[in-house]
Amino acid sequence: MNKEKPRHPVEQFLRMDRMPHIWCPGCGIGTVVTSFTEALRKGEMDLDKVCVVSGIGCTGRVAGYIKLDSFHTTHGRAVPFATGLKLGNPELNVVVFSGDGDIVGIGGNHFIHAARRNMDLTIIVVNNFNYAMTGGQVAATTPIEANASTSPYGNFEYPFSIPYLAEASGATYVARWTALHIRRITKSIQEAMAKPGFSVVEVITPCVTLYGRRNRLGDGLNILKYYYDQSEIQHNADPRNINISYQGKLIVGKFVDKEKPTFLDAMNQHLNKVLGDDYQKYGKIREDQQ
Amino acid sequence: MKKNKADPKGVLTGTHFLDGDFSLAEGALAAGCRFFGGYPITPSTETAERFSERIPRVGGVFIQMEDELGTMAVLIGASWAGKKAMSVTSGPGFSLMMENLGLACMLETPLVLANVQRGGPSTGLPTLTGQQDMMQARWGSHGDYEIIAISPDSPQECFDFTIEAFNLSEKYRVPVLVMTDECVGHMHEKVVIPPAEEIEVSERKLYKGPKDQYLPFKPDKDGIPPMVKAGDGYQFHVTGLTHDERGYPVINAECQDWCVRHLVDKIKNNADDIIQIEEDQTDSAEVVVVSYGISSRVAVRAVNKARKEGLKVGNLRLITVWPFPEKRIRKLAKDVKAFVFPEINYGQVVHELERCAGGQCKVVGVPHMGGGVHNPDDIYKVIKEAAK
Ligand SMILES: Cc1ncc(C[n+]2csc(CCOP(=O)(O)OP(=O)(O)O)c2C)c(N)n1
Ligand code: SF4
Ligand SMILES: [Mg+2]
Repeated sequence: MNKEKPRHPVEQFLRMDRMPHIWCPGCGIGTVVTSFTEALRKGEMDLDKVCVVSGIGCTGRVAGYIKLDSFHTTHGRAVPFATGLKLGNPELNVVVFSGDGDIVGIGGNHFIHAARRNMDLTIIVVNNFNYAMTGGQVAATTPIEANASTSPYGNFEYPFSIPYLAEASGATYVARWTALHIRRITKSIQEAMAKPGFSVVEVITPCVTLYGRRNRLGDGLNILKYYYDQSEIQHNADPRNINISYQGKLIVGKFVDKEKPTFLDAMNQHLNKVLGDDYQKYGKIREDQQ
Repeated sequence: MKKNKADPKGVLTGTHFLDGDFSLAEGALAAGCRFFGGYPITPSTETAERFSERIPRVGGVFIQMEDELGTMAVLIGASWAGKKAMSVTSGPGFSLMMENLGLACMLETPLVLANVQRGGPSTGLPTLTGQQDMMQARWGSHGDYEIIAISPDSPQECFDFTIEAFNLSEKYRVPVLVMTDECVGHMHEKVVIPPAEEIEVSERKLYKGPKDQYLPFKPDKDGIPPMVKAGDGYQFHVTGLTHDERGYPVINAECQDWCVRHLVDKIKNNADDIIQIEEDQTDSAEVVVVSYGISSRVAVRAVNKARKEGLKVGNLRLITVWPFPEKRIRKLAKDVKAFVFPEINYGQVVHELERCAGGQCKVVGVPHMGGGVHNPDDIYKVIKEAAK
């Protein structure tokens, strides 16, 4: 008898022909992927129109495992690549899934400008406080005092706070969770993908092998639990006051959720106003933006 | 290859007085380009300005990016979404674009990039001409790849060759570079834009088979893999890592061999179809002057002067600089005494000429460091010397 193996609900969203994945046992990235696929399952969206774009890094490998149109690009350039997809075909729902180094380190300039333009993208940032793929170097997100391979005596550079950077640059949806807030991440990703505008979901995620080991945070499960225990939900907290300190409290929640015309809405509205009938409208115009 | 008539919406039929930069934009619009991303840089900015003014009336998008790193990435994204995409830049921007030009080659993404060259290195001569990015055009991004570069010498050719660039790019799934320069970019001349039905435009070959069997990098019989568009339900994956036909990363020497050979061979094996050169009196020549872009217009003066004195001088203009017309040069090298090659640099493409000549004849470069074009007399003197 030909009995099919029972399938895990997540499998339909993964390229199972690429398993096993490259991530270390206990790495938190997989947890975030699970939350993302849950959001896809619950979101009732046209999956053909969902694209995933990653840059380079451990997190950057996500695009390679997701069974949607998926693009593994260059280090830091996932956001402009995604911008091209979205502007090339406004019907696409484009998600950037990448690491902290990729998005606010080398790609920081693209991140703030896409936020400024309110480009209709969803950005999922896995923040593991270091450049993991290359061996755990200090990053733009490493808390002061934390150890990394290129800050062997502890970091002394001020880090970015991703939600603050996002909000200050113009993002219309900003949330932060730790990797163990599985259902909350799912909900945030659903909201972010449904929202027209620049949406950022930061997930504080264990890198067991490098950041975790160097900072003596224990094994994967310990770190997941540790970040979760350190967290405190404060919806609508002022992003100026939620900096992350070394082994201090982690303020999580939904900080920003506001309405603003997207780049394409603004372009259509403005050019229509100025050029009138000469303007060739571009893409579907949202009802509330006509 | 699927050829269509140009969409009349983008074609500004008529006789115009345009500079090269504007003509690049008009050529792109005529070719069906509906996406332009760019970052301002002299002497190329007018192309972006022209496009930003024209595109809202044609239907498409213009976006001024935060830098040229993002510019190249945004073009690749737009191309995978199904748009014909273009940008324009000059030296410093060209350097930044090299990163994702490599990605475009690796993902076999059609797009067009024009470089209105100025003098370098570094900030160099922002407002004055040069042809110093020609080797960078060849291999400016890391790794092995082949690319197509064509070189217009007039505003009319900026229009014509940009259409040609799009056609080649769509046909071979490769970025195509339009390597012009400040002189041509800022020169105003008559530009005739024909009616749309007289302009032929190529469209990328789209995959038609079953959805679950699409392989993004499986070459067809003609060596070129058909494409799909993001959002059409193929659930495909592409990566800048070395990949197999499926687009999946495979990190070993065998796959690298397959992947790189394919990127290079699809251009090399079609060199005869791609390469365009113009020849004048090369058959009976003792000296052949080789040139491209603005330098070819200057070279004509020198050639004519030498001919008046009875010297047997031929003219060979490279319309396509990369891939280099190796076969033709090898053949000519056996029949001539010398090649003379004026370029506005200290000697770049001349090394390729020398390689192809293979010691069969003399090869003499006529360097000019940039900031202006050659004095035709300087070329003439070299011709005369070479003919001895
Ligand atoms: C232009 C460029 N510079 C450097 C690298 C090397 N590199 C690969 S991944 C990476 C860091 C990735 O860090 P992050 O985005 O935080 O992802 P993580 O691995 O931590 O998930 C670096 C520096 C590269 N691939 N490209
Ligand atoms: S190095 Fe860190 S981030 Fe990368 S897979 Fe291992 S645990 Fe995960
Ligand atoms: Mg990281």
